Amino acid sequence: MTDIGLGHYLTLGAVIFSIGVIGIFLNRKNIIVILMSIELILLAVNINLVSFSIYLDDLTGQVFTLFILTVAAAEAAIGLAIIVVYYRNAGTIRVEEIDNLKG
Amino acid sequence: MNNIELIFPEIFISLSIMFLLILGVFKKNGSIIVHNISLLVLLITAVITFNETIGVGQRILFNESIVIDYLSSFMKIITLIAAFVVLLISSSYLKTFKIFKIEYPILILSSVLGMMVMISSNDLIVFYMGLELQSLALYVLATFNRDQLQSSEAGLKYFVLSALSSGLLLYGCSLIYGFTGSTNFNLIASQFNTNEYALTFGIVFILVGLAFKISAVPFHMWAPDVYEGSPTSVTLFFTMVPKIAALTVFIRFLYVPFLNLIDQWQMILVFLSIASMLFGAIAAIGQKNLKRLIAYSSISHIGYALAGLATGSNDGIQSSVIYITIYIVMNLGFFSCLLMMKRNNVYYEKIEDLSGLSKNHPLLSLSLLVILFSLAGIPPLAGFFAKFYIFKSVIEQSMYFLAIVGLLSTVVAAFYYLRIIKIMYFDEEKESYDKDHSLWLKFSLSVSTLIILIYFIFPSQLIDAVSKINII
Repeated sequence: MTDIGLGHYLTLGAVIFSIGVIGIFLNRKNIIVILMSIELILLAVNINLVSFSIYLDDLTGQVFTLFILTVAAAEAAIGLAIIVVYYRNAGTIRVEEIDNLKG
Repeated sequence: MNNIELIFPEIFISLSIMFLLILGVFKKNGSIIVHNISLLVLLITAVITFNETIGVGQRILFNESIVIDYLSSFMKIITLIAAFVVLLISSSYLKTFKIFKIEYPILILSSVLGMMVMISSNDLIVFYMGLELQSLALYVLATFNRDQLQSSEAGLKYFVLSALSSGLLLYGCSLIYGFTGSTNFNLIASQFNTNEYALTFGIVFILVGLAFKISAVPFHMWAPDVYEGSPTSVTLFFTMVPKIAALTVFIRFLYVPFLNLIDQWQMILVFLSIASMLFGAIAAIGQKNLKRLIAYSSISHIGYALAGLATGSNDGIQSSVIYITIYIVMNLGFFSCLLMMKRNNVYYEKIEDLSGLSKNHPLLSLSLLVILFSLAGIPPLAGFFAKFYIFKSVIEQSMYFLAIVGLLSTVVAAFYYLRIIKIMYFDEEKESYDKDHSLWLKFSLSVSTLIILIYFIFPSQLIDAVSKINII
């Protein structure tokens, strides 16, 4: 039985972070999934910060985490609002159909 | 309290935002009055910033989380003036599209507040909060014409990519915090240990996030779509104001905590700069929409500004600041022309709509000619001097490759600017556009054209103002 140390937490953070980033780029179906992926990225950062904070015995990381949580909530709210506005105009939120602006 | 008067500008602008929100809710049809008060607020904030913070030297407040120095005051004043002019000339455009609402000036004010926090941040947490305040307001601004498909799609794309870039940036922040034990820029600089690899990872992540915000290649893919889709007055805001703040953060972040790691980040900046200059110049050639074209042109201009930062010298930083200042004046002129291309309540934004402009609108096309020559960097206009300072400081550091690529991409870029001029002067004329523009639109066009024209007579004003910036 090994002790769970900083390295394990950082690996967990890195894995969740990668899942989030890959989720944004590989996702072809639904915008809501992108919103969830963004949320995952922010949570991975939080795991990183909290584990660093414990390891360094320094509170700054946990304070930073609280700020990130708050901002993530605001960001999700605005994101959902924009998705609703888009849905009203386009009638779809499928990622592959969002191509009215060529680029 | 310790030197609270130094953050009076931020306090004033945030109190005004709350006041304007309440006023907007309780007063019926209050959009005009909210608009005018916001203009006043921006002006007063610029004056307060000028009075309270210029000439106090470098002051670090609030547990070293906020820094007030000449760079921050200078950039804040430019931000405020640019936002002021944007608000000044956007009212007739907004009225045409029936989106002249109270939210517009308030959102601009809150994003400006976010940028001011970013500009004077000396701590990763403060920097992140400023960045988010700025971006959250910008997402909504991009979607502002919410009944139009293009605008909402622009907002959606901007939201997704910008949130992704914030995530990358935060991951970098967490790594830097973990390996130095602090989020404060000065403490990070002093607590450097040997673990350089982890720090390099953190720097790369943060640079990627910042490069997204200023749309440097290869993180530019959102810019053309968002610039084309958003309402033109918002595009004007996007092309100028967030770039000032992000560039300041670039300067502060690279030169305060990580100056010792210059070998690690210099190559990244050189790559970003070369890629942006070349890509911006080449990709703009095939564009038909003027807003898309200006998006690519802004990408290549950001490349030049980054070239100045890549030098790692004080001269380089100063030339970048001059560059971004002159770029803002040119952009303002260009968009004033774009906002004048209106006929029967329809705004035209294709390049072909400019054909034969000189026959019906000799003055407008003359100013557009001056602005385009200046954007292309033809002497003796202001744009030439901006590029000249950059190249001078780059060559002084013997980075010849960067200078050569920069010059070559100027030549490529000249092609598409000259093509617009050819279309304007030698192609068949079309119906004439409306001539009854608002006074402020004419004012901003003539002032920016004049500044570009006569800059070479008084170059010392700007150089003197910028030469007080000392980071290293």
